[in-house]
Amino acid sequence: MAEMVSNRPAGLFRGGNNPEKRKKRSEALTAYVFLLPYLFIFLTFTVFSIGYAFYLSFTRYNLLRPPEWWGLEGYRRVLCLESLLPRGEDAPPLACDDLFIKKALPNTVKYTLIVVPVQTVLSLILAFAMDQKLRFRRLFRTIYYLPSVTSSVVISLIFVWLFSPLGIVNQIFNLDINWLNDPRYAFYTIMILNVFTTSGTLMLIFLAGLQDIPTAIYEAASIDGANKFQVLRYITIPMLRPVVFFVVTVGLIGCFQVFDQIYVMTSGGPLDSTTTVAYLIYKWAFRDTTVKMGQAAALSFILALIILVFTLIQRRIIEGSGSVGSA
Amino acid sequence: MATVTQPVSKKATFSDSLIAIVDRLKTPVFYAILIGWAILCIAPLYFTLVFSLKPVANVYDPPLFWPIPFSLENFRDVIGALPLFPRWLLNSTIISVVVTAFRVLFCAMAGYAFARMEFPLKKFLFTALLISMMIPGQVTLIPNFLVVGPGIIRGGLKIGDLTIPTGFGLMDNLGGVILPGIVAAFGIFMMTQFYKSIPKELEEAAMIDGLGRFGIFFRIVLPISTTQLLTLALLTFQGEWNSFMWPLTILRTPENFTLPIGLNWFRGEYYTLISKVLAGSLFNTLPILIIFFIFQRYFTQSIAGTGLKEG
Repeated sequence: MAEMVSNRPAGLFRGGNNPEKRKKRSEALTAYVFLLPYLFIFLTFTVFSIGYAFYLSFTRYNLLRPPEWWGLEGYRRVLCLESLLPRGEDAPPLACDDLFIKKALPNTVKYTLIVVPVQTVLSLILAFAMDQKLRFRRLFRTIYYLPSVTSSVVISLIFVWLFSPLGIVNQIFNLDINWLNDPRYAFYTIMILNVFTTSGTLMLIFLAGLQDIPTAIYEAASIDGANKFQVLRYITIPMLRPVVFFVVTVGLIGCFQVFDQIYVMTSGGPLDSTTTVAYLIYKWAFRDTTVKMGQAAALSFILALIILVFTLIQRRIIEGSGSVGSA
Repeated sequence: MATVTQPVSKKATFSDSLIAIVDRLKTPVFYAILIGWAILCIAPLYFTLVFSLKPVANVYDPPLFWPIPFSLENFRDVIGALPLFPRWLLNSTIISVVVTAFRVLFCAMAGYAFARMEFPLKKFLFTALLISMMIPGQVTLIPNFLVVGPGIIRGGLKIGDLTIPTGFGLMDNLGGVILPGIVAAFGIFMMTQFYKSIPKELEEAAMIDGLGRFGIFFRIVLPISTTQLLTLALLTFQGEWNSFMWPLTILRTPENFTLPIGLNWFRGEYYTLISKVLAGSLFNTLPILIIFFIFQRYFTQSIAGTGLKEG
């Protein structure tokens, strides 16, 4: 490109006489050609989409008629704070939808607060075990990754069958539980599935983190006379903190967006006991007999905000408990 | 050598004996953990295989652990008698292959531009790329559905006699599933990091030889990044093959379903034929398992890599 000879009359472009500038311009042009497919998709499906979703969140939109400006009414109906106030017997029906505040939000928070710690601790224990110089490590690693490779739908369908009333879980443990149709058990069954499918991947991340701790540090500690508990307490755990942060963040984001498993296994039921925020967005936008696109869009921004807040809080907690920052 | 003087106290001896106990128990305990979890990981797939090899009539009969009576009827039905299954398999294959091919090329191109070229708004665009990775998919789901399918304005934008469509009109069409996936921010980020890490000398030599940016990219840069491209291709293929929410939103008639959507729909329509669903599930799982076994190194490295980069 450097030797490119231009037949264009000088001065057509600003600085057209300056070969240095011309070279720069041609490079910029080439770069944008390389970026063209990305920019097209990014502008259409990310920039425009986010903007339009934001606009929709202030409208009432059922697909049949054009969106109608509604201001904050959509957000008010989603949050439905008046449903939390004590109400008399003869009070008029609520002019909002309390599914988010009464079911989806508590369910999602409960789901996250159970699944994230369980899968983090479990995958950390597995990573410690894998980090020992035991035999068949490669075989174990392969096996642990199996649930993550399987599609969420397939593994959910298999779990629906395993946990059906006549299913294998009830047969093996001699139980008589209707796991997915009983509001007491349905959500926990889905939690088991999630821990089961993600722990293998998280274990690999922890394992990479463990093996990344320089052996020189361990050697120095043993020369200084540190025993194994001290090594674990003062070296391994602090060195692993950034990885813990990463694993917890990935877990949080995944849990807040859980959808496939809910859709396949329970469709939010029984009695909305498994309705999560991500599922509720889909339900309002695509499943309900009268679709509520605007309200669903409003909820999607609330979800984005919740994820952001939780990520910041856990970052505070993990970074606050020690001085090791991101490596 | 300096000898280490251990402070002799009751506490030290206590913790020493504790360490001795832990040391002796460590190996068996760790083995027990590893084996126990391995059994749990294999069990669902194993039972799926066993019960898909049983005839429909005997699906709830014992024994649990062996396919007795043994029958291949479910697999035969899935491939032959139920014409929708091969159709779903084909649809899934088309979507996954096309998305993977485009995404690998486009992500490599964009990644190369970000890593090696200077252009206006570069920093801004790269920051926008990083931010876009943090936006939950639910936010863009509804507008993307409108853009791909029915359009932002029903019936198009009317300016005088002219009607401009405001959507791609790809509802219930495989193209609608493919389009938004042909580039991904994560893939670009991954390729950018990779291209930043490789030395520039090779490209500089090619430039002196008179090769343009496109020549350098296609003849030198792409061939030396095959490992990275393969990793991205594997992750993309796996993601598309297993993807659920987006195809569920776009595809409406059973003929156009992908395998995961089809399996779930089939389960709803014929819930007594669970062993057919299980056999079909194996068709969804097996290709990925085979790919995983062949290219295991790339999968595990990419996962470990994501953790390390962030950590």
